[in-house]
Amino acid sequence: MIQFTHVHMNYPGGNEALRNINLHIEQGAMVYIAGRSGAGKSTLLRLVALIDRHSRGQIIVNGQNLARVRNARIPIFRRHIGFMFQDHRLLNDRTVFDNVALPLVIAGSRHREIRKRVQAALDKVSLLAKVNSYPMALSGGEQQRVGVARAVVHRPAILLADEPTGNLDPTLSWDTMKLFEQFNQVGVTVLIASHDIDMVRRMSKRIITLKKGRILTHDGTPTTQ
Amino acid sequence: MNAAKRRNTRPDKTAKSALRHRFERWLLQHAQAFIFSLGQYIKHPVSNILTTAVIGISLALPASFYLLLDNVRHVSSGWDGSSQITLFLQTEIDDTQALAFANTLANNDNVRETILIKRAEALAEYRQLSGFADALEILDENPLPNVVLVKPHFDNANEDQIKTLIKALETMPAVDSAQYDSRWLQRLLSLLDIVNRLIVILSTLLGVAVLLVVGNTIRLAIHNHRAEIEISKLFGGTDSFIQRPFLYSGLWYGMFGGIIAWLLIVISTHILRQPVRQLANLYASDFQLIGLGFGHSLVLLGVGIALGLVGSWIAVKRHLRAIEPV
Repeated sequence: MIQFTHVHMNYPGGNEALRNINLHIEQGAMVYIAGRSGAGKSTLLRLVALIDRHSRGQIIVNGQNLARVRNARIPIFRRHIGFMFQDHRLLNDRTVFDNVALPLVIAGSRHREIRKRVQAALDKVSLLAKVNSYPMALSGGEQQRVGVARAVVHRPAILLADEPTGNLDPTLSWDTMKLFEQFNQVGVTVLIASHDIDMVRRMSKRIITLKKGRILTHDGTPTTQ
Repeated sequence: MNAAKRRNTRPDKTAKSALRHRFERWLLQHAQAFIFSLGQYIKHPVSNILTTAVIGISLALPASFYLLLDNVRHVSSGWDGSSQITLFLQTEIDDTQALAFANTLANNDNVRETILIKRAEALAEYRQLSGFADALEILDENPLPNVVLVKPHFDNANEDQIKTLIKALETMPAVDSAQYDSRWLQRLLSLLDIVNRLIVILSTLLGVAVLLVVGNTIRLAIHNHRAEIEISKLFGGTDSFIQRPFLYSGLWYGMFGGIIAWLLIVISTHILRQPVRQLANLYASDFQLIGLGFGHSLVLLGVGIALGLVGSWIAVKRHLRAIEPV
């Protein structure tokens, strides 16, 4: 599903964010990217979503060589990806329904379809009752769950989550992770960047640890480089 | 055979339905942007009405100048065809002599037409319109001479020929004096030409002002929706999807601005209509103020919409590209 081969990423100004990354994530896998802040976790996710383009090497996502995806095709490419952020990035002037519906509206789904899927997604995160509320009226955990619903409402092939539990207490973090696990069980490839190493270990999934832009360990075993 | 046939038709059918589906989606997204942008407009009534009022006034000014020019042209159109020489006859010439004189003059090769205004008619008209009726009662006799209006065969351009004609007319014994009123008309016409160009310049400037107002408003709107634009791009929103509501906002500004301009002009012409009619009456004219016709109203609305769209398009092209997800 996701394959990195000798991938380097240099940001303008010489900052080398990723160095010689090799990894392969199978379809339907659930993988954690661990490491301290600045280790390159976010950069890795950004490269997968074509928010940034890598400097060297080859990235293949969902069968597509990212170097060959033209800028004009990026929107279409991103429709197979769901996003989650630490700061959840909900639109405060829109209701929960409209926030969750956004990926479907972008894809041009019909109204009836949108209603059905948004309700299903909100039901999944137990927020069906808040469908007409505004994000500001929700608690932090609820806002985060709206973010989860938005990330999966269009049934993406890949779910990318950048520090999804950064602002949550341990119980809520754990609930969010379990939610991701449920989506993973229905076939979504899930990639989560997190610095919360204790929680990541407790989930007992594959862990890729980054340090200063290199892969330090792969599934707990140091990589040979 | 049947299977082969079916295989032949199916791709065509699916291609057609795919095309139809794409068209429907396109239509749906336009409808969404259309309604969403209108909703945004209604959500912030005060600032939007202020912006629209500025656009409306900027459109109403040049439009009303054009209307004014149109009216002046209409008034003067009766005059500019061929000029007219006014002959004041000697006071001792009576009505029958005057009529005979006018008729012989009409047979002159250089004269196209003559009109006799009898002294009694002139007095009656003057009495009615001047407001000096009481003063005229005091006079024992009619102080006004008979007047013959002469329309020459040549138009304004042949000033030399007209001058010779006037000289010939002035030497006739029945004629007291001749007045030729073409020069002021020419001055008026060239003045109108200058005014016309001034209006073109002014319209251009005000049109640019509308572009700037719309462009700046849309720029601010883009700035205020930055988070939304970033999220839309992250979830696969194409540039045309993201810019659509902003373009429609520009359309709304232009259209509502056009409507405000139209209202301003309709109200102004309504206020002016009565006094203009009074003034026209004083000049014995049945002139009526020309308002905005249906065609002109459409043009005004169309110009408003076009400027709104172009203004928002410029802003969108300049500022939307710069926003990328972070």
